[in-house]
Amino acid sequence: MLEDWVSVGYLVSAIFFIFGLKNLGHPRTAPRGNQYGMLGMAIAVVTTIIDMNFFPDGIVGWTLIGSGILIGSLIGYIMAVKVEMTGMPEMVALFNGFGGAASALVALSETWKWIETTSPEPGLGATVAIVAAGLSALVGWMTLSGSLLAMYKLKGGVEIFGKWIRTPTWGPAWLNPVKALLFVSVLALIYLSIEDPTNTDYIWAIIGISCVLGIILVLPIGGADMPVVVSLLNSLSGIAAAFTGFIINNSVLIVAGSLVGASGLILTFIMCKAMNRQLFDVLFKSFGGGEKQELTRTKVGSDADEVAMMADGAQKIIIVPGYGMAVSQCQHQVKEFADLMQDKFDTEVKYAIHPVAGRMPGHMNVLLAEANVPYEQLIEMDDINPEFPECDMAIVIGANDTCNPAARTGEGPLAGMPIIDADQARTVVIIKRSLSVGYAGVDNDLFYEDKTMMLFGDGKAMMTDLNNAIKDL
Amino acid sequence: MTPELLIGSITLFVLSIFLGVELITKVPAMLHTPLMSGANAISGISVVGALLGANVAYDAGDTVTSGILAFIALVLAMINVVGGFAVTNRMLNMIAGKKRGA
Repeated sequence: MLEDWVSVGYLVSAIFFIFGLKNLGHPRTAPRGNQYGMLGMAIAVVTTIIDMNFFPDGIVGWTLIGSGILIGSLIGYIMAVKVEMTGMPEMVALFNGFGGAASALVALSETWKWIETTSPEPGLGATVAIVAAGLSALVGWMTLSGSLLAMYKLKGGVEIFGKWIRTPTWGPAWLNPVKALLFVSVLALIYLSIEDPTNTDYIWAIIGISCVLGIILVLPIGGADMPVVVSLLNSLSGIAAAFTGFIINNSVLIVAGSLVGASGLILTFIMCKAMNRQLFDVLFKSFGGGEKQELTRTKVGSDADEVAMMADGAQKIIIVPGYGMAVSQCQHQVKEFADLMQDKFDTEVKYAIHPVAGRMPGHMNVLLAEANVPYEQLIEMDDINPEFPECDMAIVIGANDTCNPAARTGEGPLAGMPIIDADQARTVVIIKRSLSVGYAGVDNDLFYEDKTMMLFGDGKAMMTDLNNAIKDL
Repeated sequence: MTPELLIGSITLFVLSIFLGVELITKVPAMLHTPLMSGANAISGISVVGALLGANVAYDAGDTVTSGILAFIALVLAMINVVGGFAVTNRMLNMIAGKKRGA
């Protein structure tokens, strides 16, 4: 019987997902990993379509199915091809939200089938389906609203009627009990709906509360913690798919969903570790916007010509990019600077990448790759740190906390966070708008050292000035 | 559904979570974004559920709302899947292309 072989199709698809994820974790095999993922997905879709042919009525919804696949693929493809590399974080967040919403909508569609035809026969099967539908709705809608908010946070704001409105970060301490209360009330509603699965009041309440939960979960989380949130939401969208698998009793949804859920969670922990923070603290103890240290010292700014003179004849320069580089979009000017130095003085230029620099896991890598920086020059923190003492100049562009020596003292909010040892370089140039404190609210001693030169201003403008000054040398 | 079947599904769920944890151990920062967006595309697997749900006779009229909901799910899931894999592919080409060019 061919019907019995349908599960084998799903098994093969699940195996491709496993190999896909495995291969995505290594630079050499990553492109292959992505292809395995695509293949697994194609097999799952084809298997499902074959499976539906064996239904008593066969496939009766060709119009819906065909147009759905076509429209979705087209939109997805166009969006993926058109997006600028700098807009990648927002795009990933948006797709993520769509994934969560799709799982939740499948759950809603199943529930609606019960309303429109007959409720499921009371029994174990019905209970499992109802509970799974509720959980899938909770996680799925939460992922959608959370991801949309995260997207606007990554963008920095939203334009409404020509007015730019900054995405707020707001989270008083009393919001945490509210989150817990809403979470428990959704669980209670799911419990109630076991008895009365076609009660639409319960359904709308679950959807509404879940959306609110997603928003108030992301709202208090400020800039530097965004990489953690984005990868956590990614994990949640997988969990939602797994719950949906329980409703329709489909193994490939359960396997693929929980694989993504677990691997997303691991990535989340990698991000937390890089900031030396606990996931719980990131989510429930917002520390951005808390008490910020008063600035008591001042520092005279330098200008581009002065920096260019110092850079004259440098043997080795290490560039330390941060979120400021992403904001001012100056990665091309940075690359131009590296090329100039290489051509003129045969300088060795490298880039020190802190794991949580930017607003998305791997943000700096994506931006610099877009500017055609060879990836051998992008060195991870642990590997580059020993090279700073022999480096003539470290150029910090729009980064602060990730190179704040206060982290070594073992006190304050930054205590114990691994940092880039930019302060070990012979000269340190810092391109930044002002002396203001970073996300952690801690003043940075590095700014005030004698060997540090501050270039106050926008990253793009400053890098352009610097490049011109180098050309004039 | 029999209790055995439920236990089977839960076993699958738990073991897959452990497998997922083991799969991703040390990932270089360079791959954080592609890994995330690739995994994100895989989470579009709910496309399978959407396909099954959208298989309704639109004209018959008995499960119209359910079918439309599944249709929207199908569109969103396909955006997630196709967009996610395409974006990952673009990023990886950029990174891998550098490697050869440098």
